[in-house]
Amino acid sequence: MCRTVDLRQAILARNDGSAGELRAALAARGTVAVNLLSSPGSGKTALLEAELGLARRRGVPVAALTADLATENDALRLARSGALVKQVLTDGLCHLEAEMLAGHLAGWLPDDTRLLFVENVGNLVCPASYDLGESLRVALASVTEGEDKPLKYPTAFGLANLVLVTKADLAAAAEFDETAFRENVARVNPGVEVVLTSARTGRNVGVLLERALAVLDGAEPHRPVMSVDHGPGHHHGPGEHRGEAEHQHGHGHGHAEHQQGHGHAEHDHAPAVVRDPS
Amino acid sequence: MHEMSIAAAVVEQVDRAAREHGAQGVARVRLRVGELAGVVPQALDFCFELACAGTLLEGAALQAESVAARARCTPCAVEWAVGMPPDLGCPSCAGGSVELLSGRELQILDVEWAERPGVQADQKG
Repeated sequence: MCRTVDLRQAILARNDGSAGELRAALAARGTVAVNLLSSPGSGKTALLEAELGLARRRGVPVAALTADLATENDALRLARSGALVKQVLTDGLCHLEAEMLAGHLAGWLPDDTRLLFVENVGNLVCPASYDLGESLRVALASVTEGEDKPLKYPTAFGLANLVLVTKADLAAAAEFDETAFRENVARVNPGVEVVLTSARTGRNVGVLLERALAVLDGAEPHRPVMSVDHGPGHHHGPGEHRGEAEHQHGHGHGHAEHQQGHGHAEHDHAPAVVRDPS
Repeated sequence: MHEMSIAAAVVEQVDRAAREHGAQGVARVRLRVGELAGVVPQALDFCFELACAGTLLEGAALQAESVAARARCTPCAVEWAVGMPPDLGCPSCAGGSVELLSGRELQILDVEWAERPGVQADQKG
């Protein structure tokens, strides 16, 4: 009797499968998802608020989903831009997963949404491993965080299609070494674009929106070296993991219990808040 | 710490395979974990034990084989160990044709069944 069985299954196959399905579903309706990764306090929300406001003024239908362990503060800030915003509370979970995101989008995201910004949980470790079905992944770091951040969190920066430096107005005070930062990014992700931004002064605000719109128009985002090889077992033939996608698992994300915010939040719409009982 | 989610995914997949094979229990699960997979083996070990509790995998041993990250620049015909923190720039050119050969693996390699739950393999002392 053979007591050992080769499985050769990618551990994240289930998430990757869900992410692929979500990406295809979004593409079919003309929506591009942008996944924003950074550490807590890096200024993701301030920059995103500015970008959403710009999108609204230009008449681009945008929506934002922001994930935090607790509080709806970020959604309230983002909603000031006038964009449709949903807060997801992960109740301690350190990252979003594709299936979770798909559940939160169902019944909430208007059909005409062109860009969906997903502000991941503030964490540079865990969210890096989870494809959310995005077409543009952005890693952000503020000038106060140190030039070696890309080396300390190589998967977050190594898998990004775009790197944004925030709080550039504080660069001198923080003695931010831009050259060193760029070298460190290039080491983990050769060829990726690095843009210095400041939500306070408005420097390069709009670049994120432009890059996202370019992807929407069919531009091919930068392909990180690290993203190419997911290791054997990742590229199984279609159908091999399909059964898993249908399978119930222990996470039990209770989606759909709060489906609100239909249509665009034209005015000061209160953001939807959903607790993810993971 | 996403190792708990990773451990739960391993348990889910192995549990399903065990049922498909009619196995009563699991003695050992072998994983391949790349240097750039973003997973801490010690944390995974800890979470695996918790995730196994009350399942067919209870008592199963976890063995993680680490895989070194290697990259290649095809035009230069150069191959190198990426290291940690990784260096993915070609050492001999500034070109952008670098390919990652290994290092992102996060895979269940194989599983050894046990006669019943809670019996570990290789408990010879």
